[in-house]
Amino acid sequence: MSKTQQAPGGVRSKGLADYLNDENVRAVIYQIIAIGLVILAGWYLVSNTLDNLERQNISTGFGFLDLEASFGISESMIDYTPKSTYATALLVGLLNTVKVAFLGIVLCTIIGTIFGIARLSSNWIVRKLAAIYVETFRNIPVLLQLFFWYAIIPGAFPAARNALEPIPDVLMTNRGIYIPVPVADNAYEFMGIAAILALIIIYFVKKWADKRLDATGQPFPIVWASVGIFAGLVLVAYLAGGAPTAMDIPELKGFNIRGGYNISPEFLAVLIGLTVYTSTYVAEVVRSGIEAVPSGQWEAADSLGLKRSVSLRKIILPQSMRVAIPPLTNQYLNLTKNSSLAVAVGYPDLVSVSNTTMNQTGQAIEAISIYMAVYLGLSLITSLFMNWFNNKMALVER
Amino acid sequence: MTLPNDTAQSPANATSPFLKIKDLVKKFGDTIALDHVSLSLDRGQKMAVIGPSAAGKSVLLKCLAGVYRADSGNVLIDGVNIAKSSDNNQENWADRIGMLFQQNALFDSLPIWQNVCFQLIENGTLGRKQAKDRAVELLGLVGLDADSALLHPSDLSGGMQKRVGIARAIANSPEILLLDNPTAGLDPVLSNHIENMIDTIARKQNTTVITVTNDMEIAQKRYDFLTMMHEGKVYWHGKRDEISAAQNDHLAQMLKGSAQGPISMRTRNRGQHLVA
Repeated sequence: MSKTQQAPGGVRSKGLADYLNDENVRAVIYQIIAIGLVILAGWYLVSNTLDNLERQNISTGFGFLDLEASFGISESMIDYTPKSTYATALLVGLLNTVKVAFLGIVLCTIIGTIFGIARLSSNWIVRKLAAIYVETFRNIPVLLQLFFWYAIIPGAFPAARNALEPIPDVLMTNRGIYIPVPVADNAYEFMGIAAILALIIIYFVKKWADKRLDATGQPFPIVWASVGIFAGLVLVAYLAGGAPTAMDIPELKGFNIRGGYNISPEFLAVLIGLTVYTSTYVAEVVRSGIEAVPSGQWEAADSLGLKRSVSLRKIILPQSMRVAIPPLTNQYLNLTKNSSLAVAVGYPDLVSVSNTTMNQTGQAIEAISIYMAVYLGLSLITSLFMNWFNNKMALVER
Repeated sequence: MTLPNDTAQSPANATSPFLKIKDLVKKFGDTIALDHVSLSLDRGQKMAVIGPSAAGKSVLLKCLAGVYRADSGNVLIDGVNIAKSSDNNQENWADRIGMLFQQNALFDSLPIWQNVCFQLIENGTLGRKQAKDRAVELLGLVGLDADSALLHPSDLSGGMQKRVGIARAIANSPEILLLDNPTAGLDPVLSNHIENMIDTIARKQNTTVITVTNDMEIAQKRYDFLTMMHEGKVYWHGKRDEISAAQNDHLAQMLKGSAQGPISMRTRNRGQHLVA
C-alpha cells in the first residue's frame, strides 16, 4: 500500500483506501461524526424532556405568562397585586434587579474610586485603612456578606413602635427605612419629561461650548448654564402641572408603619453587600490604573509646581481611565450577575420571582430561559455602553 | 513674566553667584544618587552635564526642578534657599524654573495648547483665551504652526513632541531652564536645529541653562561650562577651554567618547547602578 501512495502523479484512479488515508478527507469525516454526536445528544435531551413533561401533563410554551400569578411580591416599582399576570410578576422582578444593580454600579464606582486613591495616599494610616477595607471585603464570599448585612441591618434598628426619626418624617425601623414621597400627580410626569429634555439640551450646549473653547479659548460657564437649564425647565413643568404639594408621610398605625416609601432591609442588605464587595475590586482597578500612568507624568506636573490633588484630577485620572475602563466593565457585569444572589436574603429580584413562578407552574425550562436571556441582555447592554465609553476615552493613536 | 517679589529677593551680596548648589545629597534607599554635589552658575550661563548613565545627572536636574526633595544640602537662587522650601513655596519655585524631561512627559489627555500653558492656567496667571494665544506664540518660537495647538501629543512625531516640551518649559519665562537630553533620539540636523533654538531663546531672556546630554560634541561646542559626573559625584567642573589646561587625559578621552568613566572610580560599587 505504501508503494501505491508513493507512486507519482494521478495516472491511476484512487481507491477507497486512498481517500481514507487523505488528511483532508479524514478531517471532514471526523467533523461530520462530531456534529452528528452533538445533534444526537441534543435530540436525546429534548425528546426526553418533552416526554417527561407530557407524562406530567405540563404543556410547554410561554402561554403561562398570561395567567394570574396569585402570589404577592413584597416590593415593586410598578403596580402589582396577586391578581396580576406572571408576565407582570417577572417584570417586577426584572425592575428590582435593575434597580439594585444600577444603584450598586453607581455607588461601587464612587466608593471604589475613593478607596483606590486612598490606597496610594502618602498618609500611612489612610493607606493602611484602605488596604484593610479592600483585603477584608474582597476575600469574603459575597453570599456570606449578604447574609452578614441581612443579619445586622434589621437588628440594628428598633421595632416600628420605637422607630428612630433622625430627620423629620424619615423613620428607621427593623422593617426598613421609610421616607416621605410626594403623592402621585401628573405634574411629576411633566417634570420627568422636562428633565430628559433638559439633559438633551445640556448635551448640545456642552458640545457647542467645548467647540467654542477649543476654537477661541473663551470659557463658557457650562456648569451654571446646565444647572439653570435643568432647574428652570423642571420648575416650569412643576408649575405648569399645578404645583402639587401633597406628601405621603409615613406614620405609625397600630403595630406597623403606613405610608411613605419603604426601603426594605432585604434591598439594603443586597445593595450594601454588592456595593461593598464590588467596590473593593473597583478600588484595585482604579489603583492599577493610576499606577499604570508613567511616573514621568507626576514628575512633569511636580516640576510645574502643581498641587498633587490638581495633578491627580486633571492629568493622572483621565489617563488612568483608559486603562481602567475594560476591567471596570468586568466588575459592573459581575455586580449585575451577583445580584441574582439576592434570592438568598429574600429580595424579590428576577431570580426570586422566576423561582416562585417555576414552582407554581412547573415551567422550569421557560422560566430559566427567560432569566438567562434577561441577564445576557443586561450584560450585553452594559458591555455595549462601556465599549462606547471606552472608545470615547481611548487615546487616538497615530 | 517677572515675579512681583523679584526685587525683594535681590542678593545682598552682589558678588555671590545667581545659582549656587552646595553639598547636595540625594539617596534612594542605600543607593547614593547625588553625593555632595556643589556647583555655581551666573545668570545667562550655559552648562552641560555629561557622564555615563546612572551618574546622577537626571537626579540632579529633578532635585533642581523640585521633583525630588534633596536629603541634605542647599540650592540657592539669588541667595534664597529653595531646597528647604516648604510645599507652599513650591509654586514660587516652579515659577522660576522650567524643565524639559527626557521622555518629554507631555500630558497625553490634554491638547497641545493646554500642555504648553497648563501651569499658567492653573496658577491663574492667564485666562484660557490668553493662554491659547500665548501657547500659539510659544509654539511659533519652537517652530510649530498654530494648527498644532489643537492636536494631542499622540498626534505628533517625536521631534515635534520635543519642541512642545521645550515650549512648555519656557512658558513661564523661567530664569533657569533645565533640559534633560534635549537632542536624544533626534537626527543630527534636527539636534542642531533644536540646540540653535535653545540658544536663541536663552540669549533673548538671559536664561541660565543646565543641559544633561550624552552628546560630547554638542556639549563641547555649545556650552560655556562643562560638568562631568560619575556615580553621584562631580568629577570635574570648569570652563570649556579649561579642559586642556586640566591636562586630564582621561577626561579628554571621555569627551571624545572613547572612555566610559574615571578609572579610579570605575571598579567600585558597580552593582549599585540603579539610578538613571
